[in-house]
This record gives sequence, C-alpha cells and structure tokens, in this order.
Amino acid sequence: MELILFLIIGLTVIGAGMMVILTKNPVTSALYLTLAFFGLAALYVLLGAPFIAALQVMVYAGAIMVLFLFIVMLLNLRDKQTWELTTGMRRALGLVVAAGILLVALAAMKGLVSPPAPLDTDMGSPAAVGLALYRRFLLPFEVASVLLLIAIIGVVAMLKQKSPEQAPEGGGTDGRT
Amino acid sequence: MVGLNWYLVLSALLFCIGAAGVLTRRNAIIIFMSIELMLNAANLALVAFGRFIPNVTGQALVFFVMAVAAAEVAVGLAIIVTIFKHKESVDIDKVNLMKW
Repeated sequence: MELILFLIIGLTVIGAGMMVILTKNPVTSALYLTLAFFGLAALYVLLGAPFIAALQVMVYAGAIMVLFLFIVMLLNLRDKQTWELTTGMRRALGLVVAAGILLVALAAMKGLVSPPAPLDTDMGSPAAVGLALYRRFLLPFEVASVLLLIAIIGVVAMLKQKSPEQAPEGGGTDGRT
Repeated sequence: MVGLNWYLVLSALLFCIGAAGVLTRRNAIIIFMSIELMLNAANLALVAFGRFIPNVTGQALVFFVMAVAAAEVAVGLAIIVTIFKHKESVDIDKVNLMKW
C-alpha cells in the first residue's frame, strides 16, 4: 500500500518537474511546480513528517508560488515568449552535465543499505520539531528570522529606488507590447 | 515497505531535472523555478534521512532551508524585476553587463 502510494506520488512529482522545464509559458510552469510541491508534501506525510508537510504547503505552494505568479503577471511576458531553449551545443552540454550529476548521485548511494524504519515515533509532530527548533537550534532560528528581515528590507530598498521620476514611465511596463 | 534508497533515487532525479532546467532554459523566471525544484529535492533527501536514522535534525534543517528559500525567492524576483525594468526582457543571455 505504501509502495503504491509512493510510486503514484513519485511519478506525479517527476512528471510535474519535467513539465516545469519543458513548457513554454511561465504560468504553466508555475502551476506544474505547485503540483510538484503538493506531491512533495504528500511524500513528507508518507515519511512521517506532518509538520514539514504543512509548512511545505503553506510556504512553498502558498507564499512562494503566489510570488512567482504575481511577478510573471506583473512582467507580462507572454507575448514575448518564444521557445527559448539555449542553442544546440549548450543544450546538449547542459543535459550531459545533468545526467552526470544523476550518475554521481546514484553511484554514491549504491552501497547504501536502508535501515528499517521505526514505525510509531512522533518525531515529525509539530511539538517535537518545535522543541528541537527552540532548544538545540535556537541560534540558527533567530538568525533565520534576521535573514528574513534583511531580505524584506533589501527587496524594498532595491525596488523603491528612483521611483519618483520613474513613476510616469513605470506605468507603461504592463501596457507595452 | 519503501526503503531509504527509493526516496534518495527520487530526490536525485528531481535534482537532475532542476539542474537540466537551469542549464538549458534562458528565461530567468523558469531558471528560478528550477532552483526551487533542486532545493526541494535536497529537502526530500533530508527528511528521508531523518526518518530512517531516526533523528529530528533533518526536519529542523528543512525548516531552515525553507526560510532561506523564501528570502532567496523574494530577493531574486526583485532582481529580475529590476533587470526587466532596464532590459525589457528576462532572457539571461541579454544580461551581459558584468561579462568581460
């Protein structure tokens, strides 16, 4: 039963990932990426990590994908999009490098013997992860919050500059074809 | 029973799809989505290791990866918007100001 679920979800995630890099339209890519994120959340549930699964849905499928779709719509790229793969030799090189990474990763796990999974641990519950975050990983936790604050300030500073004199022509960005 | 190796193979496949996307596409937004795919592959490997060891550290690491990914997406998309304001395009081959 678990194997069947794993195969169905795994194939869905792989297929959605392929579609992300194969479709022309960035909006389609973003929607397939959302599907991949939901599939990964289901895999986290299978792995006994419901807290991480909930975070995956909220942070990735919720916040990050909304940001992506918002930017795609803000930039209005659709009429400029052609099938824009890189040229032949660079594409071949890219695929060879990606296949090489896959080979190295598979070779690295060749001799790996899977330990039997302990069944009913509540290791992935919000309480257990929260205790780990607030005790053992307290300093990284605070550093992460500072990082997010810096990101917020950086984004605002980056996009706010020169806005007074750009305001008249800035409105033309979405109306331009 | 699904073993650790199954999850690692899935994670490796997902990572390679993301790497292929970064190396073959030119649209900066799709390259960004491919990077997210690679981060998620790493997250899957972390959670799988944490499940089979068993140790809660893997899930704590995934939490931090998510925080960094959120910051990275916000800053990266801001950079893309800034590039689009200047170049009218998100084709990374046209961004060659710092190329020598």
